[in-house]
Parts: sequence; structure tokens; C-alpha cells
Amino acid sequence: MPIYLLRRLGYAVLILLGVSFITYLLLYMIPADPARQLAGRSATADTVANIRAQLGLDLPFYQQYFNYLTNLLQGDLGRSYIQRTEVSTLIMSRLRPTIELMAWGISFELIIGVSLGMLAALKRNTAIDRFLMALSFVGVSSPHFIASMLFLYLFAVNLDWFPLGGYGEFQHVLLPALTLGLLGSGWYSRMVRSSMIEVLQQDYIRTARAKGLTRARVLFRHVLPNAIIPVIPMIGIDIGIFIGGLVVVESVFGWPGLGQLAWQAIQRVDIPVIVGVTMVSAVAIVIANLIADLLVPLADPRIALDKS
Amino acid sequence: MKTMLIHSLLATAIASLLIPASALAAEPKPGGDIIVTYQNDVATLDPAIGYDWQNWSMIKSLFDGLMDYNPGTTELVLDLAQSYELSDDGKTYTFKLREGVEFHNGREMKAGDVKYSLERTANPETQSPGAGFFSPILGYDAVSAGDTDELEGVTVIDDYTVAIELTAPNATFLHVMGLNFASIVPSEAVAEYGKDFGKNPVGTGAYELTDWTLGRHLIFSKNLDYFKPSVPYIDSITFEVGQEPMVALQRLERGDVDIAGDGIPPAKFLQFKNEAQFDSLMVVGDQLHTGYLTLNVTIPPLDNLKVRQAINMAINKDRIVRIINGRATPANQPLPPAMPGYDKNYEGYPFDPEQAKALLAEAGYGEGFETELFVMSTDPQPRIAQAMQQDLLNIGIKAEIRSLAQANVIAAGGAQNQAPMVWSGGMAWIADFPDPANFWGPILGCEGAVPGGWNWAWYCNEKLDAMGDKADAMVAEDQQEERAALWGKIFTDAMADAPWVPIFNEQRFTVRSERMAGDESLYVDPVHVPVNYDYIWVK
Repeated sequence: MPIYLLRRLGYAVLILLGVSFITYLLLYMIPADPARQLAGRSATADTVANIRAQLGLDLPFYQQYFNYLTNLLQGDLGRSYIQRTEVSTLIMSRLRPTIELMAWGISFELIIGVSLGMLAALKRNTAIDRFLMALSFVGVSSPHFIASMLFLYLFAVNLDWFPLGGYGEFQHVLLPALTLGLLGSGWYSRMVRSSMIEVLQQDYIRTARAKGLTRARVLFRHVLPNAIIPVIPMIGIDIGIFIGGLVVVESVFGWPGLGQLAWQAIQRVDIPVIVGVTMVSAVAIVIANLIADLLVPLADPRIALDKS
Repeated sequence: MKTMLIHSLLATAIASLLIPASALAAEPKPGGDIIVTYQNDVATLDPAIGYDWQNWSMIKSLFDGLMDYNPGTTELVLDLAQSYELSDDGKTYTFKLREGVEFHNGREMKAGDVKYSLERTANPETQSPGAGFFSPILGYDAVSAGDTDELEGVTVIDDYTVAIELTAPNATFLHVMGLNFASIVPSEAVAEYGKDFGKNPVGTGAYELTDWTLGRHLIFSKNLDYFKPSVPYIDSITFEVGQEPMVALQRLERGDVDIAGDGIPPAKFLQFKNEAQFDSLMVVGDQLHTGYLTLNVTIPPLDNLKVRQAINMAINKDRIVRIINGRATPANQPLPPAMPGYDKNYEGYPFDPEQAKALLAEAGYGEGFETELFVMSTDPQPRIAQAMQQDLLNIGIKAEIRSLAQANVIAAGGAQNQAPMVWSGGMAWIADFPDPANFWGPILGCEGAVPGGWNWAWYCNEKLDAMGDKADAMVAEDQQEERAALWGKIFTDAMADAPWVPIFNEQRFTVRSERMAGDESLYVDPVHVPVNYDYIWVK
């Protein structure tokens, strides 16, 4: 176990290094010139050169990247070109709303996904099954922007069940979290359905039925605990997809989280913020996957981590 | 020395507010709290740095400078200055400051603060995008080069008198003193907050910032000690940020929001224009903007005057205005109509494809030619470029559209011999201050025809440049009409050389809730863009 953990942590560092390199390189290559942007259109060539030197943008790429890494290790994510404030301050101010929305969104994904997946498995090859699976397909293929707008229009403007975006009380989190939950639940319902169908065909289920257990007891005591195991690593993978959705959903619903910060930074080519949010997201994804992989053997003792 | 005294801002400001068309115009009522929405968080409220559509008028409400404009107009008036004198050589302005004006921190504003503030903006360490505007001040070059922190031309005479010496007479200088970059800031607050002054602004303005929760909202509260009595009218303004523009409009229709700061998204525009219930919420105003097609006079065959004139006659501007749902009016000269010097009698080039073809034939291009048209890739710009492409094809010119990101188009325009034609949409040009000189030097003068410059036509007419210098040396108040007329002539003379096809002048649209009051011009203020928060009020 400790060896496994060390190896995984080593990989994690390599992955983060790779992410930082690719992100930095991509943003270095885009044609926007931050120094000119900061200097304004009335600036002389000297002023632009002066600002470029102040920001260290006159250095060759490898040196810029090295400086960035050195600062990153000291917890310094740099200053925003547009907001003219520390990137870490911007990120910290938005962490809490994002974590709240993620917690609710993933909970909804799980509740909706697992229950629909179970229902589909129990009613497999019926009209209900086909309808639910088609629905999950629609969900995972819907663009977040369209779906968010549609839900907002339908439930907040027309029906007036929810506030029109914003942040603060429980009612504010419901609609964006439900949007994320509904769209993302398809991954889980499809996985739960297939894994449950597999479990239902196992001998021990037949045994459980044969010894006279009630349907509910078989389902919740024997089927579900086994069928749910693949869901745990799935959450780890899903975090990455989920963060992608957050960028759009937060922007439409006016949710003051990291996704919205990323959206605004991308539109204004605020490079230090884009790199910063990408790094924080990468860390979150790596940690979530690590935790998920560590949890699997706890949930299922048959799976050992140190087999290799 | 001749003395000029401008009437106090207050009298004119209130007068202009009470004049509105209706005789029943209500008295402005103090009180009320309003909500303004924006999609993006506010970048910075540091007046030396802020330079976007969102923070421009917010900064104007938090800070004051020596000069300002009558609300809703482009008329320059005194603000923190009580009067000024201009020396006989036209180079030195001596400003008398108002006494008893306090910063939000309670300290009185004095002449030393004026000197400090101007030097702060000019200093390259500040990274101000507006530093270049101060180049007429004596000693600017030394500060810009980093040789000294002090502007040689700025002298504190006593606590309430400051003299500013220029290198040459300059009629635009008072406008420069009305820019946000010339706002007066207290040095102790800048020292206290350092680089974060933009998040903790302290000025003398009508409002003070009382809360800024990053990513959520900013609250401006009425400055009870403001030096202009009775304004501002509104008690507090909450700027909610992170609001999607379409959602903001929905909230506005419900009355949850008072001003949708980002305006009307294109998808919603026709609905607002055509439905009476929304139409009454929308205010339309002119802005100091011209959209134009540049014709690079150094690239053949556009170096041929007849070819450029032919292109001017080939473009159907009315159709282009229809493409953007009528959010603009067709233009025939570089200056927008709201700008002093605009020539109402100038007729420009007619839309006449037949004559255009004849001109092309005369120039030896009867068979047409191939060229390139650079355009920014964000809607509606490519659609506008396509309309131009069709118009050009009608007279035999095959223009290939190069649709690129904004930064690439600006780079191509600023590189000689690269972009034969550039459609300026989404990039240029909106005036920094309401003076025709601001529409010449950078975009049509020789100074802008340099690598990295904004004169994408690479048009350099030394004779017209000299006329511009002559006009800008006309600093006496009684010369201003003559000066505006001279500038008007410079622009129409330039049109004889046809370096541009002026296409349209964009209009501005602000949406506000039913309860908002105050003259409509305040909601599309040409200087306090988009809204003059100091003078609007709640019914």
C-alpha cells in the first residue's frame, strides 16, 4: 500500500508537470501580446518594451516556464493581467462556491444516475429501459450552454420555481446543480445498468433468492453493493468532465465559482488566470482519481492494490 | 496674461438636467438603491490603469480630475479646477483648485496631489495604458525613459495652485486633463495599498467603494461630503458581476435589475426594438465611433487613387447597416457626427458601382484584380466583410476574406505590406476624448503609419499633418470654432485621397428599468460610458 501510494504520487507530480508545460506552451503560442494589451493603444514602442521587460516576457520560453515553475513551487501563481491582483486571491475567493456546486451537482448525478440505472436494469429490454437509456444518451450529449439556458428559461422565467441565477441561499444552488446532475447522470445510469445486469446473473444472487430473501433485501443487500463498485472510479474520471461543465453552467447561472473565473479569463486572454485555474483543476482531478482508486479496495476487498 | 473663467460646473450641470424636452420633467429625487449587472468582474478601479467599457464610468464616479464634461454632453467644463489661466505663449496652464474638496479618507485635496497623480500615471512602473496621453507635458520623455520620477513641467505654486507647462501649445490638453488617467489620487492611499490600489480606490468622487466581494458584487455608496451639493442622487449602486447578459435582461424585465451594463445581445436586439414594452426601456445614443475599411496606400493596386475611389463607390453601406439590424448610421467621412469638426455639408462618395467600374477601367484595372480583406472573426464582422466582398466582386475585384482573431488582425494592419484591406469592426476606432485630433494622429496621421501602429491604411500626408499641428496650436477660446472647422477640412481633404471607406457610425443602446429617471442622454453619456451614475435618479 505505501509503495503503491508513493508510486501514484510520483505519477501525479509528473502529470501536473505535463499539464503545466502544455498549458504554458499553448498560451505562449497564442498571438496575443500581453505587454501591448497592458500598455494600451496610445503607448509608444518603448513603453511596450518596458512593460514586457517588467513582466519577464522578453525572456526565452524555457526561462519563462522555469520562472513560472519556481514561483509555483513557492505558491505564487502570479498576478492577473486584467484584474491586476494576485491569481491566488482570485482563486481562493471562488473556491467555496465551486466546491458547494460540485458537491450538490455530483450528489444529484449519483442519485439520479444510480436510481435510473437500477430501474433500467430491473426493467431491462422493456420500453422503460429503452426510454431511460435514450434519455441518458440525450443528457450526456447535450451542450451545457443550451441546457442551462433552457432550464433557466423554463423553470426560472416561465414557471418561476427558482431564482434567475445568483448565489447565496439553497434555492440558488438547486437549478445549476440539477442541470449538472441531469446532464452528467447518464454516465452513471449506463454504468450502473450494465454492472447490475451482470451482478443479477451471478450465482450468489440466485442463491440469495433461493434461500427466500425478499426482493428488496436481495436488491439492497446483495445486488447494489456489488453493482456500485465501478461507480467509485467513475467519480474520479467524472470530475474532469464535470469541471468542463462547470465553466459553462457557472457562467450562465451567475455562480461566482472557478468555472466562471476561467470563462472570463479566457474571453479576456488573462493568461496567468487561465494557467492558474487549469493547474488548480488538474490538481483536483489528480487528487479525486487518487482517492477513488484508494477507496475501491476498501469497498471491495477482492481488489488488492499491490498485486503487481 | 489673459484670464479665462469657465462658469462653475454645478450651475451648468443642473441647468442641463432641468432642460429636458418635457416641461413636466420631474425634479431629481434623492435616495434609492439600484442594481447594475455585468458579465465580467470589474478589472480594476485604479484610474491610472482602468481602460475598458465597464470600469470607465465607474472610475469617473469614484474620482475627479481637473476637467470633466457637462453630463450627457461632450462640452468640456472645469471640475476640481476652479479656474485656469493660459500663458501668452499658449504653453503654460495655471490651474486654481477648488478649496475644501476632500478625498474619501477625509484629507483635503491639494495641489501636491495633482502633481503626484500626473507623475504616477506617467511613470512606466505604473504600467498605465494612458501614459502616452501625457506626452505633451514638458519632461514627459525623461519620466517615460525612467530617468526621473518628476515631470519637469508640473509645478506646485501653492496649496491651491498648480502650473503645467507643455512643450508646445496643445488644444487637446484640457481634454487630456478630463481623462480618467488624470484623476487625482491621494499618495498615502496608493502607498498603503500598493499594487492593490485598484481594488481599494480612494478618490474625491461622487461615490465611494464600500464593498468589493470578488466575483460577486461591488457596492458604491453616496459620498455625503461630495463637493457638488445635491449630487449624486442615488444612495447606493450595487454592481452585480458574473451575470450572463441574456439572464440580466430577463431579470431587468422582472424589475430585479435596474441597468443591464452589457447592453443587448444581438439575439435579443430585434425583440427589444420591435416590442413596445421593451422599447420604452431602451435608450439610444450616438457614440464617438466610426467603422471603416482601410485601403493600404502602399500596396498595389491600392496605391492607385482611382482604385481607392472606385472601392469607395462600390460599397453599399445601407445594406451593411441592415446586416447589423440598424444599430448604426451610414458614414461618409472619418469623423462621427457627434464630434466637433464633423462636416454636415460633405457628401462623400456616392454608392455608384457603374462609375466605380469606369474608374477601375481608367486606372487600367478594367478586368479587376485579386486582393485580401482582413477581418476580426467574431460575429457580425465576418458577415459585414462578406457583404463588402460581394460589393467588390460587382465591380470585378476578387477579395479573399482573412478572418482572424482580433490580435492577429491588429498585428497584420500594423505591419506594412501585409494587409491590403482591413475592416475595422470590433477593433477601431472609438475616441478617447471628444476632440477631432484623437481621430487623426494614431489612425490617419504619419505618426500612426509605423510598425505596430493603428494607421492601417499607411496613409501619410505631411501637408495635412502640418494643418493638424496648426489646428492643435489654436488654444485660445475664441479660436475653437475656427479650429474645429480646420479639422473638418483636414478629414474631408483626406477623403479626396480615399485612404478609407468610412462605413458607419455605431450607436449605443442602454437598457434600464422603468423606475430609473433622469435625462435619457445620461444613459448613453458620450464620455461617462455607458451611464453617468452621478446624475441619474430613481423615481
